[in-house]
Amino acid sequence: MRRGHLDPVDRVIVVALQRGVPIVERPFAELAASLETTEEAVVARLARLVSTGLVSRFAPMLDAEKLGGAVSLCAMAVPPDRFDEVATILAAMPEVAHNYEREHRFNMWFVLAVERPEDLPKAIARIEAVTGLSVLDLPKLEEYRLELVLPV
Amino acid sequence: MLDPLDRRILVASQDGLPLAVEPFAELARRLGIPQAELLERLRRLRERGAIRRIAAVPNHYRLGFLANAMTVWDVDDREVSRLGREVGALPFVSHCYRRPRRLPHWPYDLFAMVHGRSRAETEAFRARIVEVLGPACRGGDVLYSRRILKKTGLRLAPEPPERAEEGPCSA
Repeated sequence: MRRGHLDPVDRVIVVALQRGVPIVERPFAELAASLETTEEAVVARLARLVSTGLVSRFAPMLDAEKLGGAVSLCAMAVPPDRFDEVATILAAMPEVAHNYEREHRFNMWFVLAVERPEDLPKAIARIEAVTGLSVLDLPKLEEYRLELVLPV
Repeated sequence: MLDPLDRRILVASQDGLPLAVEPFAELARRLGIPQAELLERLRRLRERGAIRRIAAVPNHYRLGFLANAMTVWDVDDREVSRLGREVGALPFVSHCYRRPRRLPHWPYDLFAMVHGRSRAETEAFRARIVEVLGPACRGGDVLYSRRILKKTGLRLAPEPPERAEEGPCSA
């Protein structure tokens, strides 16, 4: 099989595993049975999906707010000649969970996730102080969907 | 807050569970606790919502979704909750949130993440959102993602953050 290629069985596995597994001793048993294969075969495919980067990780998805923390989506309009410098600063901050370059005047979009809510404004203030740029702070007010199941 | 063993469990698993037929047995061995206790604690964390689910995180780009966009919309305050639920139910929308406007810089209050295999497909998805929003929508924009600069998710530290109010000066 070509590296990084998904066959139909891989697709079923990726879709099913995005939804999640039961918290039981053998979490892949049900999926293996539905595919008429073995758990070993499912695990081998998952391991290959992870090692080839098609799946970033297989892990518990945490909710920072339910853990007592806080999350916010933030944006900055970074001058192009400073983009890499600012990205490097954010990459080093543990509070930055994700960071994306986007095609817009606001070209840097990042998610801050902290265990203590009071650390969120502190992280924003630190980013503003270190970069000299203003941060647009856009915390969620309502959530209409958060279930990433792509029909791959 | 997390109790110390819950924290150890999450820290040990947040980068990825062992890829094995019995991943929790292997994780329990590494943590030096019985598997039954690990499963019980994971179930409790899921029941209280601290764990949303135990799942695979796909890499959109590597899976062929090359046109990933954050679509943003300026929707009437009176309609945004109802319409947000409708947009969130569309099959190509992965995340959908209401967020505050920041005038004059940012006029948009509804955010929907859309994943297409091409820009043409993503634009067709956007057109569908326009239809759903109807006249309650005063404008919109699309922000294609160009590069993932960082994608680690929430990181729990091995030790809980110290609480300032519990310090010696708090009295």
